[in-house]
Amino acid sequence: MIGTGSNPNVAAAVVIGIEPNWTERIVEGIAATGKPVAGFAIEGQGELEIVRQASWTAMEFVQRASEQQRERVDLSDLTVSIKCGESDTTTGLGSCPTVGVAVDRLVDAGATVFFGETSELTGGEHLVADRMATSELRDAFLTAYADYVGEITRGGVDLLGSQPTEGNIAGGLSTIEEKALGNIQKLGSKPVIGVLGPAEPPANGPGLYFMDTSSAAAECITLMAGAGAVVHFFPTGQGNIIGNPIEPVIKLTANAATATTMSEHIDLDVSDLVLRRMRLDEAGDKLMELLRRTANGRLTAAEALGHREFVMTKLYRSA
Amino acid sequence: MHKALAHNRGDHVAVAVAPITAGEHISVAYLDDEGEQSLDARTDVPYGHKIALASLEPGAPVLEYSTQVAVTRVAIEAGAHVHTHNVMTARW
Repeated sequence: MIGTGSNPNVAAAVVIGIEPNWTERIVEGIAATGKPVAGFAIEGQGELEIVRQASWTAMEFVQRASEQQRERVDLSDLTVSIKCGESDTTTGLGSCPTVGVAVDRLVDAGATVFFGETSELTGGEHLVADRMATSELRDAFLTAYADYVGEITRGGVDLLGSQPTEGNIAGGLSTIEEKALGNIQKLGSKPVIGVLGPAEPPANGPGLYFMDTSSAAAECITLMAGAGAVVHFFPTGQGNIIGNPIEPVIKLTANAATATTMSEHIDLDVSDLVLRRMRLDEAGDKLMELLRRTANGRLTAAEALGHREFVMTKLYRSA
Repeated sequence: MHKALAHNRGDHVAVAVAPITAGEHISVAYLDDEGEQSLDARTDVPYGHKIALASLEPGAPVLEYSTQVAVTRVAIEAGAHVHTHNVMTARW
């Protein structure tokens, strides 16, 4: 929650909690960023009274935020997250490779990029392990991967029963390995310089990071925004509606049918790639241009449609 | 115009980028070079599904992305639809 409130896309935060101590911990964590933040605890005053008080503060914060002026920033100031969804065979042929081109350009420009989806790397995890910059990172990644898949298996869930999903199979994907190979096309070609826990901010400077996350889109993006990602690239095959209240989600597809039937959800159509009417570097140019426009304030399809999927991952077991 | 697109030379499968009909003579393109090859389709293959570029024995590895992505359940002839009915994961 501190990470969500601290995200650079958030101008100010109003924190409402049950009791004062925990509310204050969240407030202090967000206040470290220097942005306006205020906390309200319900205990002793009642929820309706606290909503009344918090509304006055929220109104003041909204008005103050409306006077903030745009400032020029460099690509190196951006943290971008990537995760694909409703994959099909066009994902690995077009939309994920397009993201891979953009990721390489972002890393070259000094930006920071997060990828995750721990369980859906299955079948390509050895290739991801080979991308780790050091043997320590390689061990950390393989441990995180084994723990995640082990937890799924211990829970009695057959990963094979749900992977690939029915949508993936309808789209032509036959196995989890094939799905993972398509997925990792979006990682580009740069070394991975850090292995992060869920929502953990990067500490090794700019570059490409793995984050241990759920493969469910809303959970994954919520965690990445919690670690400071300000724009998300979402390659999709069969189409997805995902948005996020903290970071804009840019959706792209290389499936011509999806680009037509779900056009209101698709920010960038790269289906000409599979017909070889467009080169991969041209698709990368288009995605980088869309990133620039989005960072400049343009609303994504998900934002214009009001999609604000937000799902918190429980990080610790409760007593 | 190609009707199927493969990732790499040496792959056993290509993806249909238009619906393919049994008996059709199609052109297969590759992502990693400009060359194309021709292939006789033995079965219908829907858009986005895979077509075999080589004949494969039962239990043989299936290469895509120059990497094994599946194992065959049964013999598969070049030009046939490749999907969950005739290939499976090699992981479990």
